[in-house]
Amino acid sequence: MGVEPQGNGFSVDGAEEGFISDSEAFASVINVLDGVRMAPSLVAQVDKEQYYYLVSVVNPGRKIGPVDEALTVTALKALTRAVFKIDIMYHGALLNNIFLTSIWDYDLETRNAFLELITTMATLPDKFLENCLHVLLCNFRPPNWLKAPFCHSKRWLMRKKEVHSELHLALHCITTLVPLAPVRLKCLIEKLMSRVTEDKYIMVTYVEGLLGLEKNEIGKFLGSTVMAKVVDLLTDLDVNIPWEDILQEEQNKSVFVIELGDSNQDDEHSSIKQNGVLKCNVFADKLDGLMVVVCEHLKSCADTGCLLEGFDRLSEIFRRAVLKLHKSKFTQFLIFYACSLDPDTCGLKFAILLTDIFVSKDEDPDSRMKAVAYLASYLSRAKFISSSLVTSILQRLVDWCFEYCQLQESREKMISPQADRIFYSGCQAVMYILCFRLRSISDVPHLKQLLFHLPLDSILCHPTLDPLKVCLPLIVQEFLRQASAARLFKKPMPYFYDDSFESEFSKAFGGIERLDMFFPFDPYLLKESDRFMRPNFEFWDNVRTTYSNFDGDEVDDELEDLDVPNFPDDAGGYEVHNDIDFDNEDDIELPMSKMSITPKPSFLHPIATNFSQPSLMPARIRPSQSPPSPRQGILSRREWRG
Amino acid sequence: MEGLKVAEADLVVYVHPSKSNQVRRAVLRQLSSLLFTHDEIFDGVVLAYEVNIPSKRAKVISGLIPYIGVKIKANLLLFSPKPSMLIGGKVVKLGKESIHVVVLGFSSAAIMLEDIREEFKYKIKHGEGVFASSSHKRHVIKAGSMIRFQVKSFDEEILHISGSLLPSNTGCIQWLSKHGTEDGSYADSSLKTSDIQREMQEEGTLNTTTGDKSPNKTQKHKSKKRTRGDR
Repeated sequence: MGVEPQGNGFSVDGAEEGFISDSEAFASVINVLDGVRMAPSLVAQVDKEQYYYLVSVVNPGRKIGPVDEALTVTALKALTRAVFKIDIMYHGALLNNIFLTSIWDYDLETRNAFLELITTMATLPDKFLENCLHVLLCNFRPPNWLKAPFCHSKRWLMRKKEVHSELHLALHCITTLVPLAPVRLKCLIEKLMSRVTEDKYIMVTYVEGLLGLEKNEIGKFLGSTVMAKVVDLLTDLDVNIPWEDILQEEQNKSVFVIELGDSNQDDEHSSIKQNGVLKCNVFADKLDGLMVVVCEHLKSCADTGCLLEGFDRLSEIFRRAVLKLHKSKFTQFLIFYACSLDPDTCGLKFAILLTDIFVSKDEDPDSRMKAVAYLASYLSRAKFISSSLVTSILQRLVDWCFEYCQLQESREKMISPQADRIFYSGCQAVMYILCFRLRSISDVPHLKQLLFHLPLDSILCHPTLDPLKVCLPLIVQEFLRQASAARLFKKPMPYFYDDSFESEFSKAFGGIERLDMFFPFDPYLLKESDRFMRPNFEFWDNVRTTYSNFDGDEVDDELEDLDVPNFPDDAGGYEVHNDIDFDNEDDIELPMSKMSITPKPSFLHPIATNFSQPSLMPARIRPSQSPPSPRQGILSRREWRG
Repeated sequence: MEGLKVAEADLVVYVHPSKSNQVRRAVLRQLSSLLFTHDEIFDGVVLAYEVNIPSKRAKVISGLIPYIGVKIKANLLLFSPKPSMLIGGKVVKLGKESIHVVVLGFSSAAIMLEDIREEFKYKIKHGEGVFASSSHKRHVIKAGSMIRFQVKSFDEEILHISGSLLPSNTGCIQWLSKHGTEDGSYADSSLKTSDIQREMQEEGTLNTTTGDKSPNKTQKHKSKKRTRGDR
């Protein structure tokens, strides 16, 4: 354009007519700045006009032509050289305009020139560091005028990527020059975090930029600040979603509280309707968008191999913030997703963290109860957790409960749910986990042996404490049913006729927060981010229960459309041949002819002494479908009393 | 390098009762919050500390929260550059108008063109900008080189040093150690001395006379901040 690039200070070649050279520009800028370096009343009119002209050139705004843009570039470059001449007092208007710039409007060269200016200004002693960091952070947000549908066009997506990476680079440069800048940056990030009332697109873009910063080299100086603020924002949105929006009519079978017998099938109609209700909620929508961004960030961390540090930060934040929350609905799925990306390390760590909180004497009772509720829900719902891990955690829980029982010898015979609430929550957790996992554990001989040797009956049938009466009846029912089918207990257990959802006792031990009904990993309801959670999530309908095959052929007659998106992946010691692609969102109908009859499961026979011989396997495992009618009668009455 | 010193301090750290089972950890954490901040009392930026808790007894403060006052002895490494001290740092960026330096890895310093002596001119060599001395051919300051400069001022809040390359014993440390002079009173920079100095970072003051070269210690030890009894 006639203006030489900055790199070479000596090749001043602006000989083309009408355009000025670098050094000329520099000299004129110096003049202009000096011209107003005095009390405003003393400034000559000419100087004032020139100064304001410079101010307007530096940040011309949106729609400018290429000539004007070239002028801006020149001015910015000249200013970069003249930064030491900029005075806070006399050049306020100029500084103001610089620090309010949004670089989304400009093309590459202008953006580079601007960022160069900002980086140089940041290095000046004392003056501008904070403002520079501020303007860079603000530029992670798109300008106000950029809204749907423009924001989804290819051009603006490219622009967003470019702008974000340039900003990261600029911040990195500033850190090289001023090593302590991240300290200031941390404070600014906390101050400038989005509020829940912000527009969705702006919020999502900003958070995306911030998370990119965490991945950058500067991220190791920021520690967990970025993630902590993001999780704060998520939880703010989360708690603002009213439960009424989620509770739905009978036919949709709300899944939120107790999910036994839910019918959250991957039926297109029901999911749209379900999420149709949620979509009306603004906060849910924003939360959805943010969850997508954060999950993608976690995925890219996993791809580049730095998931473990991210996970450690996340679990610390979880322990500090999310665990103490009174029932967040969807934010906890972040850690669920993080665990699914690396089940052997992260999945294991999370389970152990929760178990440690539960058994630790230093934690307060509420945290312990919430931790064990999280643990129960997590181990039941996470498909990627192996049965052996579940069994070892169960061992720890049962051991703790057993020790607790031993200490109860000298008590009067009265149930006091409030006093023993930690114990009851532990028992309920054990039963809940076994409702989901008993079958898969029993199918592995050595795990089955471990499980069957646990002192479950002495805990559950303890005369004084009597957890079977206190815990949620629905869970107790289901557990007893499965246990009897599996012959878990040697002596016959009392059969409960109480088919209510909750009881006075359970309310009592649950306390004000109703921790007896706290199942944090109940099915996920946000639409856009659902694709991250669904492949790893175990729905109740797909769980193989110990009694389901017992009915053998009769169940075939009751098979209807089989919507089978999710297959229980984990089947103990043997391989499962899954020909069904569960990324495929369409309904998959399995014609009856492909079904094979499974052999009698191993647990129906007495425990064999020879464990080395695996049981015979069919070519395909039939998924468990909706339970047969007698049970359905009990569970379909979802007596939700609110 | 001037400006670094080690101080012994007798301190009292107040530990919250909830941390009473991990007192040492709490003390270390409290001291860590001092790092890289300028402290009025110590008159310097705390860079490192070494803590010794001599006694297992501590006084409980009466008040709303019964803090535990733990007495400790600490060795602190302090950095307090004063004007006209000579400091060494690494050049990270060179512009036509300024040189940006990072000192000890955490403190940023800037030397403006007006504080760079006439001898140095900005040139482009091998595609990058350098400040080359017009009188000594090999004396070149470029990105990545270690230089010694004089402190003009020190901003305690963001730990930024304003520096100057005006005195003749400032410049690229590598070149200075081979050719430089201790004697700052000669402003004429065309002096070449054949003294080869033993240490790369030997410092000199502005007013030493030639021939009297007693190498100073790089750290001044044991400036006590508080009185203490014998150990």
